[in-house]
Amino acid sequence: MKIVALRNLDWRSSFIYWMFTGIFLLFAGLLHNDGFLSPNNLLNIFRQTATISIMAVAMTLVIASAEIDLSIGSVAGLSSVCTALAIRHAGIIPGILAGLGVGIVIGTINGLLVSRFGIPSFLVTLGMQGVAFGTAALITNYAPIPILNDKFNSLFGSGNIGKFPGLLAWSFIAVVIGWVALSKTTFGRRILATGGNRDAAEFNGIDTKRIKFTVLLVCSIVAAIAGMLYAGRLQTGRYEWGVGDELSAIAAVILGGTSLFGGSGTIIGTFFGALLVGLINNGLILAGLPVSEQQIVRGLIIILAVALAKKK
Amino acid sequence: MTGEIKAVEMKDISKSFFGIKVLDEVNFTVAPGEVHALAGENGAGKSTLMKILQGVYKMDSGEIQIAGKVAVIESFQDAQSYGIGMVFQEFSLIPELTVAKNIFLNREKKTKLGLIDDSSSLTQAHQVLVDIGIDIDVKVKVSSLSRAYQQLTEIAKAIAADAKLLILDEPTASLAKHEVDALFKVLKGLAARGVSIIYISHRMDEIYQICDRITVLRDGKWIATSKLSDITPKEVIAHIIGRKDLEMIAHSDRGVDRSGTPIFEVKNLTVGKKINNISFKLFQGEILGLAGLMGSGRTELVRAIFGLDKKNSGIFEFRGSEIVIKNPRDAMSIGFAFIPEDRRRQGLIMDHSIENNLVANNLDRLSHLNFLNFGKISQLSAESIAKFEIRPPEATRRVKLLSGGNQQKVVIAKWIATNPSIVLMDEPTVGVDIGTKVEIMKLIRSLADEGKSVILISSELPEIMGICDRILVLKNGEVRENLDRKEIVDEDHLQIIVQGISA
Repeated sequence: MKIVALRNLDWRSSFIYWMFTGIFLLFAGLLHNDGFLSPNNLLNIFRQTATISIMAVAMTLVIASAEIDLSIGSVAGLSSVCTALAIRHAGIIPGILAGLGVGIVIGTINGLLVSRFGIPSFLVTLGMQGVAFGTAALITNYAPIPILNDKFNSLFGSGNIGKFPGLLAWSFIAVVIGWVALSKTTFGRRILATGGNRDAAEFNGIDTKRIKFTVLLVCSIVAAIAGMLYAGRLQTGRYEWGVGDELSAIAAVILGGTSLFGGSGTIIGTFFGALLVGLINNGLILAGLPVSEQQIVRGLIIILAVALAKKK
Repeated sequence: MTGEIKAVEMKDISKSFFGIKVLDEVNFTVAPGEVHALAGENGAGKSTLMKILQGVYKMDSGEIQIAGKVAVIESFQDAQSYGIGMVFQEFSLIPELTVAKNIFLNREKKTKLGLIDDSSSLTQAHQVLVDIGIDIDVKVKVSSLSRAYQQLTEIAKAIAADAKLLILDEPTASLAKHEVDALFKVLKGLAARGVSIIYISHRMDEIYQICDRITVLRDGKWIATSKLSDITPKEVIAHIIGRKDLEMIAHSDRGVDRSGTPIFEVKNLTVGKKINNISFKLFQGEILGLAGLMGSGRTELVRAIFGLDKKNSGIFEFRGSEIVIKNPRDAMSIGFAFIPEDRRRQGLIMDHSIENNLVANNLDRLSHLNFLNFGKISQLSAESIAKFEIRPPEATRRVKLLSGGNQQKVVIAKWIATNPSIVLMDEPTVGVDIGTKVEIMKLIRSLADEGKSVILISSELPEIMGICDRILVLKNGEVRENLDRKEIVDEDHLQIIVQGISA
């Protein structure tokens, strides 16, 4: 039985751990004089990847149901400015509610358009990306909105819990909830069935429209929370926060071993995928590469990793 | 006929899959300008023989001659170059392109500059259609055509590619009567021009209407070839069925009590154009067979019951009171289970494990407050694998790696686990080996013995004859006959009723 279990451990699902370990050891060897292994730097990697890993957890659910959400980056940006504006005018609680409200409204619109009207999520969320980004720029007139509420800032990303950054707690909570939801609940099974074969899921009595609506709603709300974490960490709401995050999150999900075509999903894999993206960014910065070269190397590593992961 | 050059001659064709002989030295010839029927039960080897002719499968031994010369057909392109055209059951047209563009797809007419010459495509496509007597505007999109006209476009496409031989597989399955007439007119015209046609159908009346000769296959063997003017429909049916050496499962009168309230009743059900005012009753512990030809409305009837298709009118009653079924969830909560005809597309999630598939429709039973109970899940999968003898008995194995029979066992197992009171089964034995077929039949009978009711669709009349207590024969979306099993003498008798031939 043990041998059978080993054979079933397929390359794709364990690939991310090998890749992560390999790159980590590579950087540890090459960059230990640059302080790569210092506790501070390692915590920094977590801190920098926290928002991406939180969004990637939600993105895993979306991709597992064979949909995609390209609007999360600009939803985060819009949420950061709405939160900042509401805090300035009304205080911390309205601020948080405003941020969550952005996620609920956009998630509901995305979800309805995809599930009820059958418009592909790629198109709906691509359009929504522009709408949310433009709205955030419009209502702030392109200006950053500083947040002076210390309670908010320390709760959302600036604070520490003992020695650990609060962001770490946020990302662990997201990973745990995501992991439980996907692998321990009926909701998770319904997501996987819907993404695996929508026809069969319907024949099995699964309300696939509701599943698709729910994952898109959850994803937007999570993106809005990520936006508040940007706002709290940088103590500012700004329309540009989160730009491009959808691509980093998708890369993390795919690196983690989730199929882009739906029906499979691993939250832990996604978490390591996000950490790997953060690790690569951090290592390239420490190596002193200019931004242009960083982007080229990062792009190549991601392509290589996904190509390797596909191989049997 | 000897000495004359044949359009196609297939000699001593044999083919095995996984050591099972599906074609055993089959001979099949088609003369130029002939419409030749190819008949036989499901699994008799018709489609394998045709797939060899089209280059989809490679024969193990034998020889194919086209127009008197030995032909080597190893791919679809080879077949096309020999003038063999297939009219696909699942159409090969691109819906968003026009008729003309589809006819010349991948063989586009070019101008001197190498660009696509649309105007010459239009005139040539129009000419092809006029030649074979089809009245379609070549400039309309294929998606705007009815199925019948899509099929005619498909035929035109093959003819435009110089096909000398057309293979039509159940071409009338989804056509209305007047569309069938239009199709037959075109086919007769083509035959008069020397095009040979292989016509695969289960419908005896159509075969007699359009075909010149018939070849019957059974269990992978050639049985008979005859001019249709020399053979009666009854003789053809006898060839198709043969003498079953072993009755797969012998019928026994189970004495269903039909005195009380039926467990389920359909009253005046109409669904689109497919189901027209159907009414019937189903009693507890009864196995009700739905017989009928392809396109007769059998699948549409069970789909409507299970809430997959919207009904236009009619009511359902469960134990005497009216019920509303709007979707599969409603049907499941009342106690219906549905084993669909296409297990790969509708029944299973092929990339998921046996266990995950077993769980998919039992989630509420296997969880508490939406949290999965993994103890119950492994118990269910262990029990199902043992009870249904699923091989290999590994819960984590992906179902796409299982044989057809074992895949079907997974589908049946997960529905039985829902503890249904009425089980709908649509062709549960298609693509399943004979051993598993018998197991499935016995299982259906034991379900009925436990008091569950079953509605069974099967194109295999021996199955219907073997286990059903009552049989509804459907034709064109209506109930043609509602027969007690005792009223049916033998399989020939039922076949004749299904075909609608007056005895």
